[in-house]
Amino acid sequence: MAEEVVLLDFWPSPFGMRSRIALAEKGIKYEHKEEDLRNKSALLLQMNPVHKKIPVLIHNGKPVCESLIQVQYIDEVWHDKAPLLPSDPYQKATARFWADYVDKKIYEVGGRVWKTKGEKQATAKKELIETLKLLEKELGDKPYFGGESLGYVDVAFIPFYSWFYALEKCGNFSIEAECPKLIAWAKRCMQKESVAKSLPDQQKVYDFILEMKKHFGIE
Amino acid sequence: MAVVELFGTWFSPYAYRVIWALKLKGISYEYIEEDIRNKSPLLLQYNPIHKKVPVLVHDGKPICESTVILQYIDEIWPQNPLLPADPYDRAVALFWIKFADDKVYLMSKLYQADGEEQRAAVKEWLEMLEVMEENALIGGKKFFGGDEINMVDIAFSFVAHWLGVLEDVVGLEIFEPHKFPRVSSWIQNFKSIPLIKENLPDADKMSAFSKHGREMMLASKSN
Repeated sequence: MAEEVVLLDFWPSPFGMRSRIALAEKGIKYEHKEEDLRNKSALLLQMNPVHKKIPVLIHNGKPVCESLIQVQYIDEVWHDKAPLLPSDPYQKATARFWADYVDKKIYEVGGRVWKTKGEKQATAKKELIETLKLLEKELGDKPYFGGESLGYVDVAFIPFYSWFYALEKCGNFSIEAECPKLIAWAKRCMQKESVAKSLPDQQKVYDFILEMKKHFGIE
Repeated sequence: MAVVELFGTWFSPYAYRVIWALKLKGISYEYIEEDIRNKSPLLLQYNPIHKKVPVLVHDGKPICESTVILQYIDEIWPQNPLLPADPYDRAVALFWIKFADDKVYLMSKLYQADGEEQRAAVKEWLEMLEVMEENALIGGKKFFGGDEINMVDIAFSFVAHWLGVLEDVVGLEIFEPHKFPRVSSWIQNFKSIPLIKENLPDADKMSAFSKHGREMMLASKSN
C-alpha cells in the first residue's frame, strides 16, 4: 500500500520543525499543509479534537498528535534509516529525560523573554541562560546530543535555535556569548540538510515575533 | 541480579505509578522513603536537575521522571507489557499519558487556590474530566489498556484516588459520578484490581496531612 503522510503545520512552530526534521532524516515524502491558526481547518479540528493544535502527523489517514510522540512514531515505523532514539534502554531513558526537559523549559522561559519587559524579562533571560547552560553541560564534548549522529534530543531542541535571534533582539543579550559550545552545536546541526530545510530564517521569525508583540500590545 | 531501588514519598501519585509498574512485572525492589522538606543527599545526587521523587535506580544508574521510568521498566522487563506493541496504538497511548501528565498540576492548583482562583481551578478540572469522558474512554473498554490496565490507566490514577482526597481537603465535590459515567466506571474497575487496591496510600492519612498543610499555607497567604 502506498504510504500517505501529511503534516499539518505552522511555519514558525518549533514543534512542527521537530517532525519536519524527523521526516527529512528518514527521507519520507509527505504533504505539508500550512495552517492559519486564526482560522483552523476542519481537518485540523477533526484530527486533533482534544487540543486543536499543530503539528498533526496523519499517516494513512490516522492522526498522531504531540511533536515528540510523532518523532518517536516516525523513528519506530521507518526504523531502517537514520535511527533517532538509541537502542539501549538506559540511553533511551536519558534521551527521553532531556527531551522532556527541553519541553518543560525552553518554550515557556523563551516566551517570557519576548513577552515581558523590565524585571520580569531580566528574570526570564537569566533562567533561559541557566537552562541553556545545563543543556550545554549535558552535550559535553559530543558533536550531537545523540553522540556521533543527530538524535532524539537534537531533534527536540534544535528548532528553538531558529528563535534565538528574535530572543536576543527582544532581550538585548547574546546567547553565543554565554553558551558558545551550544551555538557551535546548533551550527553543526544546521549543516545537515534535514535541519537547514526544516528551520525558518531567523529574521523571518523575528519579524513574526514583532507582529505578535504588536498584536498582544507588548512594547 | 541487579539491584532496583525506588526513591519516593508515601503520598506521591508519581511514586505509586512506579510501584504498580514494578509489581505488575514481578520485580523486587528496595523502597526508600524521602522527606520532601528534607531531601537526602543521595536523592539530590541522583536527580540534580529536578530534585524530585520518584527516582528509580537500576544497577546504580538513576532514571528520573515517572513516565520516562515507566517506559524504561517496560523495555527492560517486557512481561505484562504496559504499552501496546503496535506503533500507532502506542502513539495513541502516549498521547493520553501526556494528556494526564499535563493535567496533574491541577491537583496543586486546586489545593493552593481559594476564592476566584478556586472557581477557575474547578472549571479546569471539569473540562479535563469531560475530555476523559468524551474522548479518552470511548469504545466501551473496561480499562484504557483493554481488559487489563496499562500505562494509560496508571497515568490517570490521580483521578481515581487522589482527586477524592483533594475534594475532602478543599471541601468541594468536583467529580459527580452521574455526570461522568464512563470515568466513574473506570475508577471503580481500576480500584477493584487487587494490586491497586492493596497498594494505595491511606486516604484519611493523606487528607489529614494535606488539610493541615493547606491551613498553614492559606494562613500565610493572607498575612
